[in-house]
Amino acid sequence: MPVDQSLVGREFPPTPQREVSRADVDAFATALGGPAGDAVPPTYPIVLAFDAMNAFLAAEEIDLFRIIHGEQRFAYERPVRIGDQLTATLTVASLRQIGGADIIGTSSAIHDASGALVCTAKATLVHTAGAA
Amino acid sequence: MRAGEAFEPVTYPLTRADLVAYAQASGDPNPIHQDEDVARSVGLPGVIAHGMLTLGLAGRAVAAWTDGAEVVELGCKFTNPVVVPADGAVEIVVAGSVKKVEDGLVTIALEVTCGDVKVLGMPKAVVRA
Repeated sequence: MPVDQSLVGREFPPTPQREVSRADVDAFATALGGPAGDAVPPTYPIVLAFDAMNAFLAAEEIDLFRIIHGEQRFAYERPVRIGDQLTATLTVASLRQIGGADIIGTSSAIHDASGALVCTAKATLVHTAGAA
Repeated sequence: MRAGEAFEPVTYPLTRADLVAYAQASGDPNPIHQDEDVARSVGLPGVIAHGMLTLGLAGRAVAAWTDGAEVVELGCKFTNPVVVPADGAVEIVVAGSVKKVEDGLVTIALEVTCGDVKVLGMPKAVVRA
């Protein structure tokens, strides 16, 4: 079933605050084959963006396994640091259908506890709709 | 860093165990990265690596080349899937060169391949000089 066109422009509620802990960053860095104890990897904010995407998918009853990542862009206002308390707010930026797939453009604004923008994570999600 | 400067390419092996570790650490449980049947059911050729794992490796290469310079932008399209077999490893090769240096920012054009196939579309990083 195609995704509802009225979604474009909709902003979803901010995700629950997530602390950037040394343990979580080390797990992420080592999963990329890097050392622990280093700076926060630049792709770490995907963890926040993923929280926001999951909430969006749940709200729209879209199955995660039908989602393929088409594009990802990060723009950073400052590096993410250990101890940051971050939330992500996802907006559906665009939606089009190509060959039975929904191409969903999203933008997640990631803010710190003071409300300052830390990073904008823009993702294109390709949703391959099933027969059901 | 000067425009035109090419960095030493870096090779990263990837196995199914790496996909499991990345899924846990990143919180992305999408079964297309674990389960052959699910991956095929949505038209993929097999279990594929998380696009963000591949982009994460590109980020590692950038950090190594620039001695951990502050990243201002990072992005790509995920143009070809990285199929990871049940046994053995595939190799991700990250190459890069300085495209321009302007206003204290260094733009690095990346090329990320797996078995000679470009897997990321126009991957690019901008770091503070």
